[in-house]
Amino acid sequence: MSEKKNPLEGTGAGELEAHGQLNRRRFLQMAGYSAGGVVLGGSLLAACAPKKETTSTSSGPTGSSIDLGDRLVLVSWPNYHDPANLQAFTDKTGVKVDLKVFGSNEEMLAKLQVGSTGWDVFVPTNYAVPTYVQQQLIEPLDLSRIPNFDASQFETRFLDASKVPGDDSAYGIPKDWGTTGYTIWSDVITSNPTSWKEFWDDTMGDWSGKVTIHDYMLTTIGNALKYYGHSFNSVDPGELAQAEKLLIAAWPHLFGITSDYQPPMRAKDAWAAMAWTGDANQMHRDEPLIEYVLGSEGGEIWEDNWAIVADSERKDAAYAFLDFMIDPAIAAKETLFHGYPQVDKRASALLPEDILNNPILYPAAELLTPLEFGAAETLTNPDRSELWARVKAA
Amino acid sequence: MTAMLLVPASLWFVLLLIAPLVILVVYSVGRQPPFGGFEPAFTFAQFAKLPTRATAFRNTLLIAAGSTAICLLVAFPLAYHLATRVDRFKNVLIVLIMVPFWTSFLIRTYAWLTILGNNGIPAIFRRLGLAEDLVLLNTPFSVMLGIVYNYLPLMVFPVYVSLERLDKRLLEASKDLGAPPGRTLRQITLPLAAPGILTGCMLVFILLSGEYVIPAMLGGNKVFLVGSALVDLFIQARDWPLGSAVAVSLIVGMLVLITVYMRLTSRWLRGASRDDVSLI
Repeated sequence: MSEKKNPLEGTGAGELEAHGQLNRRRFLQMAGYSAGGVVLGGSLLAACAPKKETTSTSSGPTGSSIDLGDRLVLVSWPNYHDPANLQAFTDKTGVKVDLKVFGSNEEMLAKLQVGSTGWDVFVPTNYAVPTYVQQQLIEPLDLSRIPNFDASQFETRFLDASKVPGDDSAYGIPKDWGTTGYTIWSDVITSNPTSWKEFWDDTMGDWSGKVTIHDYMLTTIGNALKYYGHSFNSVDPGELAQAEKLLIAAWPHLFGITSDYQPPMRAKDAWAAMAWTGDANQMHRDEPLIEYVLGSEGGEIWEDNWAIVADSERKDAAYAFLDFMIDPAIAAKETLFHGYPQVDKRASALLPEDILNNPILYPAAELLTPLEFGAAETLTNPDRSELWARVKAA
Repeated sequence: MTAMLLVPASLWFVLLLIAPLVILVVYSVGRQPPFGGFEPAFTFAQFAKLPTRATAFRNTLLIAAGSTAICLLVAFPLAYHLATRVDRFKNVLIVLIMVPFWTSFLIRTYAWLTILGNNGIPAIFRRLGLAEDLVLLNTPFSVMLGIVYNYLPLMVFPVYVSLERLDKRLLEASKDLGAPPGRTLRQITLPLAAPGILTGCMLVFILLSGEYVIPAMLGGNKVFLVGSALVDLFIQARDWPLGSAVAVSLIVGMLVLITVYMRLTSRWLRGASRDDVSLI
């Protein structure tokens, strides 16, 4: 891909993210564009990761008596792991981490459904977890093999999001999280908007022609539902009909429908853009006038989870890797690298003040409370996808 | 022994063309399970839902046909000039038409994003005081520009090749016999260039019917096309059966259109070649 980081440079503390990162949907888009939709199996970062030949040791500093093997396949998102952390794991255990990068949960799922992937550890988003469980592609984690995990250090809402309703097993361990709101150029938009109501009303008013929304039905329909105060995940026909009407009315006023909104936002083609935490943070860092707004009515919160593939043949190494990555010191370094908010309180304690006080990453509690996790059923709900097709055709 | 030489091509054909098509058809009569994907079934329910994507089909058809026509209007004079008027720099000019293709399609399209965006041409207009609020990106204009820019060579080359072979003496003869330029074009040049024009149109039209990237990147996804309907269904909604039904319909629709097109134009082609013989 176009952006390759030199992993040896590492990331200075305080410098939150590498310049010009790809968000995962943009990555998917680019991968899709260039590979014609073919699942991108090539391990992009494997090319970047330092290839240091390490002899396999079973008597490494871990003191573990189990032979962990010499290889582990990690499937994850672009720019999501500090290469130094992966290297540290290799140095410690002799297990080389083979990183494969994907752009969407849907791609990962399609690969796993086919089977024989050879994958060991991957990082599904909360709303994908129930689908993996239902298809028996992941198994409950044996938490006794992850001594670094301490449930008391995680907020209940994050732990719950990695579970399946009616099943108390831990299928994943929360890694980090984020929100969906919108970014604005605060020099041209001076009304200090705070809600989804203002977002949609002004789209059809003062901001006409200067707004982008996600080309993603989960968030776009969800945030239109929030205009009326309905649930982000609503599948109620009456509520969806209201959202549809709003979207059709707003459609001619949009600058574009895109999940790759950084270019138009940075160029000021767009004054406001529906946006995810990571993009908002990157844009605000480069253009301080770009601000991030979380709708006061609520909206989406999401989290990614560490999970182990059910048919992994290297489960010992997978558990050792999870335990290593959940170590607070390592987890904090991950946050410094990818710039998404931390889940583990012990790791948060190690982060610099300017990150913890960054309202884009850590919005005020009263803004977080009404946020909802996207549900698996919402994603594949046929009524929603038909609504989306009608809106696009209008 | 010769049969052995056909093995790679046949394997390619069966594995990468026939097999995916069969899978597509099987999926299109299937069902979407609760968590998305595909579940075997035998139902035409997906095809019954096709009217919901009628706008996408209509837009695709209009954009493909309109853009093909614009490509032809731009390409024909260019190809004609190259084939008949240029001597010394002909090869250089031909290479220049191809040069942009040495760069990745995606990078070229991103370049247009910058050129047409707020900091590109509109900024120049603002600086010159010509227009305060010029918007070029995400307009029908930017989509057309992107399409013509990317597809032009596909039209220029077939047309150029057929014009290149055109016997210049026929044009001279036509002129000597008193035909005005318009008539020479209509009665000599166009019929003889017909194979190239028809091939170019078909190439551009077929590829455009699956176009997704240009309307998405330069058009802001504001026009609903079959390409984006497919992406939404497969990648987001995980409704593979309906997605397959849409894809199957697109393929069948294109086959029908092309068959009709070939039938209608074959007469023209035959006529052209007969004239060719009799004139020489």
